[in-house]
Amino acid sequence: MNNSFLDFEKPIADIYDKIQALKDIASESPELLSQIAKLEEEEKNITKRIYSKLSTWQTVQVARHPKRPHTSDYIARIFSDFDELHGDRMFGDDSSLIGGIGYLDETPIVVIGHEKGRDTQEKVKRNFGMPQPEGYRKAKRLMELAEHFLLPVITFIDTSGAYPGIEGEERGQSEAIARNLAVMSELKTPIIVVVTGEGGSGGALALGVGDHVSMFEYATYSVASPEACSSIVWRSSDHAAEAAEAMKVSAKELIKINVIDEIIKEPSGGAHRDYAAAAANIKSSLIDNLQKIGTIEINDLLERRYQRLITIGK
Amino acid sequence: MNWLTRLIPSIGIDTSTNKSKVPDGLWISCPSCEATLYKPELEKSLYVCPKCDHHLRIGARTRLEQFLDNAVYKEIAADIKSKDPLKFKDTKYYTARVRDAMKATGENDAIVIGQGHVKDIPVVVAAFEFRFMGGSMGGVVGEKFVAGINKAIEDQIPFICFSTSGGARMQESMISLMQMAKTSAAIQKLKGHKLPYISIMVDPIFGGVSASLAMLGDINIAEPKAFVGFAGRRVIEDTVRVELPDDFQKAEFLLDHGALDMIVHRKDLRAKVSGLLNKIYNK
Repeated sequence: MNNSFLDFEKPIADIYDKIQALKDIASESPELLSQIAKLEEEEKNITKRIYSKLSTWQTVQVARHPKRPHTSDYIARIFSDFDELHGDRMFGDDSSLIGGIGYLDETPIVVIGHEKGRDTQEKVKRNFGMPQPEGYRKAKRLMELAEHFLLPVITFIDTSGAYPGIEGEERGQSEAIARNLAVMSELKTPIIVVVTGEGGSGGALALGVGDHVSMFEYATYSVASPEACSSIVWRSSDHAAEAAEAMKVSAKELIKINVIDEIIKEPSGGAHRDYAAAAANIKSSLIDNLQKIGTIEINDLLERRYQRLITIGK
Repeated sequence: MNWLTRLIPSIGIDTSTNKSKVPDGLWISCPSCEATLYKPELEKSLYVCPKCDHHLRIGARTRLEQFLDNAVYKEIAADIKSKDPLKFKDTKYYTARVRDAMKATGENDAIVIGQGHVKDIPVVVAAFEFRFMGGSMGGVVGEKFVAGINKAIEDQIPFICFSTSGGARMQESMISLMQMAKTSAAIQKLKGHKLPYISIMVDPIFGGVSASLAMLGDINIAEPKAFVGFAGRRVIEDTVRVELPDDFQKAEFLLDHGALDMIVHRKDLRAKVSGLLNKIYNK
């Protein structure tokens, strides 16, 4: 379990270790229970304190945490009766991106998101959440299906970026991303976007055009990964932390420049500490915003979506 | 315009990126075959090497002058300048980088929009300026591109874009990334008015510009041997650990793989584009 603590979480890890050690012997010495409770309280407080002032680079590490919940974890906890739908009808089924139909409470919706995979085998199968063109084309197909049946679209963004490979270039990675931007900008149904983990570049944005864009508290969103920005701008890969800071990748920065509309709170210590609470926070945001957006007449909604895009960078 | 006025550096060829060994002046070495070329001659051949047919990189204003009737255009949204939305600093302030680029190019940012005619068809034409921070797209590029599209809609005329860009501008991060969505949305607006958008891809185009406005033409054209791709060659080589063939991501490769309608030689662009517009934009 220790290996799931990040470097800057050492004080939390230390207390956690103590608690575990005491728990091992607590069955023989019940008087330790009050001490355990005290340490647990302390763990909570330290976690809260550390997470209240994360640096940008620390936020990047939380967003990439190996135990951070993924799209499939959220789908299982937020929606009911989910049916996954496969394939782009042209080339293949890209499992780095999953999508399908389910219910958000009583409302049928289409949900699409990047999926990084959990264990090594699944990560390989899901290409570490880095889609090929067929992934984006599947997403586009499902969005058009949503439009056809007047279902709202919910997207979850969590990718380090679109996959940079030979086949992707051959099959038109650029076109696939560009097409999604074009289609989403005028899709005649509400679109809600949630950046849950890493929002990496065009590969993230290809699911990112919508009527309401929210970000998890410790998610990141940027034009390039901090490492890529470092090597492009600093001409060395050693400046990733500075690059993350300079690019203002965190939710609390991005809301100031109106790139996102809402920050969704994470459980204390990050979403990975409490999947259920993390999912519940997303769910209540989705319900709220879908209710608000659902009352807007579709042409007004499209005009609103257009104005939102057109004013960024004015 | 006589040949002397054309020697002003701001509209000359991109000496910063070609590997010319010959100092600035009347002689230029072809970056492909290294033949020594006489600049006034090269200008007559539209900066295409008469020896090897290599299409040299040219500035945005040279492009507009070459493409439009009588080299005449009315500039649109000329005054928009970068605002440094993120207060970005790396080894240097972003504002200083912009200032240097302005000084070096004489441009406010990496795109110039002009309204004019191509073989008597009224058009709005956008041309990227690669010498301005690698033609990277930030807020100003997006804003000017949209202004060009709005002008085309207002006048009910076609829109053409010559793209050449290293991609999104790092120093504007999310503002820059969102320009991909912004320009794509504006293109859809134009299409909603049944006005044609011709995308002409010029060496090189990568990243955010490739994965947005460049690929969304009703008709996609590229100049011969232009490099166009999503990910850069080095990034792909580092990822897949395979040496890539020479033609990888060249215009001819894109045509083979279905991303382009055609490859058109620079000298034929005016005739080809006006011919296409006459067919699809019948007014």
